Amino acid sequence: MFFVASIRRHPAFREGLRDMAPVALGIGAWGLMTGVAMVKSGMSVLESVAMTLLVYAGSSQLAAIPLVVAGAPLWVVLATGFCVNLRFVVFSLHLRPYLMHMPRWRRMLHGYLTADMSYAFFTRQYPAPPASEEEQRAQEAYLTGNYYVTWCAWMGMSLLGIALANFIPQTWGLGFAGVLSLVAVTCSMATTRLRILAALIAGATAVAAYALPLKLNIVAAIGAAVLLCFWLEKQFGLDPAAEDDK
Amino acid sequence: MKSGTDLWTLGVIVGLAGVTVLTRCFFFILDRPWGLPEWAHRALHYAPAAALAAVIAPEIVMTQDRLITTLHDARLYAAVVGAAYYYWRRGVLGTMLAGMAVYLPLHLMLGW
Repeated sequence: MFFVASIRRHPAFREGLRDMAPVALGIGAWGLMTGVAMVKSGMSVLESVAMTLLVYAGSSQLAAIPLVVAGAPLWVVLATGFCVNLRFVVFSLHLRPYLMHMPRWRRMLHGYLTADMSYAFFTRQYPAPPASEEEQRAQEAYLTGNYYVTWCAWMGMSLLGIALANFIPQTWGLGFAGVLSLVAVTCSMATTRLRILAALIAGATAVAAYALPLKLNIVAAIGAAVLLCFWLEKQFGLDPAAEDDK
Repeated sequence: MKSGTDLWTLGVIVGLAGVTVLTRCFFFILDRPWGLPEWAHRALHYAPAAALAAVIAPEIVMTQDRLITTLHDARLYAAVVGAAYYYWRRGVLGTMLAGMAVYLPLHLMLGW
């Protein structure tokens, strides 16, 4: 929504920009490597550019690339992307009271552009939803400032990465940088003992069931990990919400 | 391996963009308030980490559809160092750089 002048003129927009600026370097560098990884993993330049501009979600892009390159069916790629993005579903529940005063197209555009960092900065700055019209305008401008920085850094550096990728020989194996980024994102999600276990079970199942057609090993792995963790919860009387607080 | 641009891949990309919109807006697409069934709330605790682990594990320990049988593979050490870095210092960028700092010398100089 940074193309709306009335939002940009609000002082909270500049605040949002300023608070977010220090993170831009990290986001940009990750975008750069994602751009390189997309092309180096076998996507064409046009496909990589389209993916960058439209999908705008680093971890689901990186997770989709090996599946796309292997020719997995559409629903498996989309289901994997959905699972990788599930954290956003949780964010959207939190953001609902902040955005519901807007018409649907407007809140959905904000939602689409609000990735992890913007969500974190915005909800830290405003612990409570807006109570007056002035607060509504200020919060909208701040959020827009946040994701303007993210969007520019990510897009600019991803496109640069795509442009530079063809000058880097395939044999260097730079596509592996994408996998390493996902190692970090996976670690960031495996925050409790049960979640670490879920990740280990899923990894082992995905390898063991690799021979399944249609990349169904991914679906089998998610199913096995979730069901086994449900069973363990019940068996040991664990409460996942209480586990989160540890 | 695929080559060139094809319509199917572009279709997947549009679909993934739809998934981004759907997940980021999930609870404020509809006007009336609503919640998830209990089991889905519980699945949210495990599914994201499981999905990513399922994607990366074969990329780290398999070559040409088979489990590797050698320890002379740069990816193993890079992934371990990357994960260790993450638990030590946090940050996606640092993890990637630490892992690549292990991966590139092993891969390019020793051919692992």
